[in-house]
Amino acid sequence: MGDAKDILGLPKLGERGSTEKRKTPKDAIKKPDGIHREVYALTGGLPPIMPTLDPVSIKKRTLPSKKISWQWLPFSTSARTDNLQLYHWVRIIDDSQPSGDYAFAKYNKVVDSIRYTDEEYNQLLVDSSWSREETDRLFDMCEQFDLRFIVIADRFTPPRTVEELKHRYYSAAKAILQARAGPNDDLSDHSFFKDSYNVNHEVERKKALNIILSQSRQQDREDAEVIAEARRITEARLKAKGLEESQVSTRAALHVDTTPARLPSPAATGDISFLSVPVTVASTTSVQVTPVPTPASAPSSTPVQTSAPIPASTTPVSAPPPVGPRPPRVYLRGAWLAQQIHSVVSPAGVRTSKRVDQMLEEYGVRSKPKVPTAAVCAEHLELRRELLNLIQLQKQVQYKENELAILRENPYAEIPATPNTPKRPHRGLENERVSTRATAVGAEFEGFPSSGERVGKREHKRKVPKRP
Amino acid sequence: MSQAVVGKKYGIEQTEVSAIQRMQRVKIARLVDDNDKKPMVGRVKGVEVTIPIVYGSISFWLGKKAAESTHKWTTYVRSATNEDLSVLVKKVVFQLHPSFEKPTRTIEAAPFELSESGWGEFEIGITIYFHPDVGEKPLELFHHLKLYADDESIPQTTKKPVVVESYDEIVLSEPMEASFGRLRNHPVARVTGNPSSPLVLPAGESSLDRKGRDTKDHALVQWFMKHSEAEDLNLLTTARQQVWAAAAKLKKELGSLENEVLRIKATTH
Repeated sequence: MGDAKDILGLPKLGERGSTEKRKTPKDAIKKPDGIHREVYALTGGLPPIMPTLDPVSIKKRTLPSKKISWQWLPFSTSARTDNLQLYHWVRIIDDSQPSGDYAFAKYNKVVDSIRYTDEEYNQLLVDSSWSREETDRLFDMCEQFDLRFIVIADRFTPPRTVEELKHRYYSAAKAILQARAGPNDDLSDHSFFKDSYNVNHEVERKKALNIILSQSRQQDREDAEVIAEARRITEARLKAKGLEESQVSTRAALHVDTTPARLPSPAATGDISFLSVPVTVASTTSVQVTPVPTPASAPSSTPVQTSAPIPASTTPVSAPPPVGPRPPRVYLRGAWLAQQIHSVVSPAGVRTSKRVDQMLEEYGVRSKPKVPTAAVCAEHLELRRELLNLIQLQKQVQYKENELAILRENPYAEIPATPNTPKRPHRGLENERVSTRATAVGAEFEGFPSSGERVGKREHKRKVPKRP
Repeated sequence: MSQAVVGKKYGIEQTEVSAIQRMQRVKIARLVDDNDKKPMVGRVKGVEVTIPIVYGSISFWLGKKAAESTHKWTTYVRSATNEDLSVLVKKVVFQLHPSFEKPTRTIEAAPFELSESGWGEFEIGITIYFHPDVGEKPLELFHHLKLYADDESIPQTTKKPVVVESYDEIVLSEPMEASFGRLRNHPVARVTGNPSSPLVLPAGESSLDRKGRDTKDHALVQWFMKHSEAEDLNLLTTARQQVWAAAAKLKKELGSLENEVLRIKATTH
């Protein structure tokens, strides 16, 4: 029976025992005696690799060696002059109180005020507009208010302006200081003398500030524009001077006497007269550039860019300037062609220029000719122009077809004026009935039925208002 | 001073003729010293001098046994007709990749070329400086150095180089008097336009080709490409004709459409 029990029980016991065994080793492992088991289990039930605070020591804290307590004590400060007794909490360490002045007394900055004796007054400070009492009062208030003149002005009995008060005070102080100063003292470092108070200047300055403050937004904008314009003009003028000098050094400039083709447009200030000299220089240098293809109206059409024509004559690098189709002195034909293309095609817009490139591809022509001789370049440019023309024609045909379609549906429909081709400058003309039929615009397109189309459009416009 | 200068400019006929005659008598290709005596003022109006040039590179593969630098290449600027460029060009500066030692290489005499060995392709900056009597600023070009052929199927061979050349033309519009005289009779340049002075025909005087100055007998002349404007010109003219035809057609169409529009409006309004 004991055996049976044993046999029966032991395995059971054995199981339990094993679990117990499992438990007990766990409990046996329990090392920390300072912290709870569960807390220790947070670390994974294992001791940490790094040495940490010895859990035993956690319970005990190092008691501070010194004895600290707080006391409500009176204190005095050097900043106060009135013997007012104030109290505050003081941290007492080991029964000794902290010494020294009140910690914040050092922040009490004082203006050293100047006082005069009667003699000094009678000698130096007698002034027609200031009576003795007023001066006294002024100086008292200066001391009281630490030279805060705005406050003083506010409280001064016969009301005086801040400038007057300042002027009186500073001039008096300066006189006194100078009188007191011995022959060895150097007063030039004193702020009163370094930045001496100038009453008139101050009055003017404040007036000007007031004006600016009270200016409307419109005025502000105008002023900003004028200033920007003036700056631009001076810069251009400097550039013109600089380039003029470099030109004179490389080759003797031929000062052909031409009247300035254009003056910079803004004449906001009347002081542009000084610019006429560099402008004439600029225009003479631009006149020098009269190459085989005579320039269109390039000199007169460039508005404010006085600097632009100058690069035309002095920067003959492979990238000629983008001022109209005027070739520089020395250039590579390939690069020059690219510039010309750009000036021809770009006014039409990015999309059109891309279309032109596409069409060139269709015809098997390269965007940049492989052998850019004069003939090839000329042909290439002409081809591009003609392609542009073609595209615009296509657009017009499309518009016309649309118009026709609309009209067929609804013969009474009003067709809005189709947008003109970009080469035609007078867009507004279509809407004004004052223009003449003879205005031949867009003459670049040979044989283009411009007059016919215009007539049609204008008649249409005239008919519209007549209908009731 | 300015008055005298102006006078000289407008009285160019006399002085230019005499100057040209003087130059022809001197028989020197480079007339720098002579020209120093003349003022650099006058420009010949109405004249354009064109110098066609070719610039590019030729690169040879050095074979399997080559070390780090696998290719030997030469970059150059030459006249398209293989004439002597040194009448116009004083020096050419090639700007190489910074990994080369002293990447700024200056070549001061014809033939204006530079040979190097390397393994990488990069962009070479080429600056052409003119003689002082040309009186112009230097021209800048760029050329991408090509070492490897496009066609990858053909294995590299040491016999055939990879040649990339670009054609362009240096145009001097209204050149300075001094250089004009030199250039107009030189085969390297082509003169267009009429100078305001009567043309004095050269008395059989062309520039002297000193040996080695031109590139006609250059070592690499067999690889030089031919650049002809014929192909481009033909393409362009055919294209222009087609475009013109298309434009004409469109114009007719536009005209008829417009008539149609007018007709409808006339009947209904």
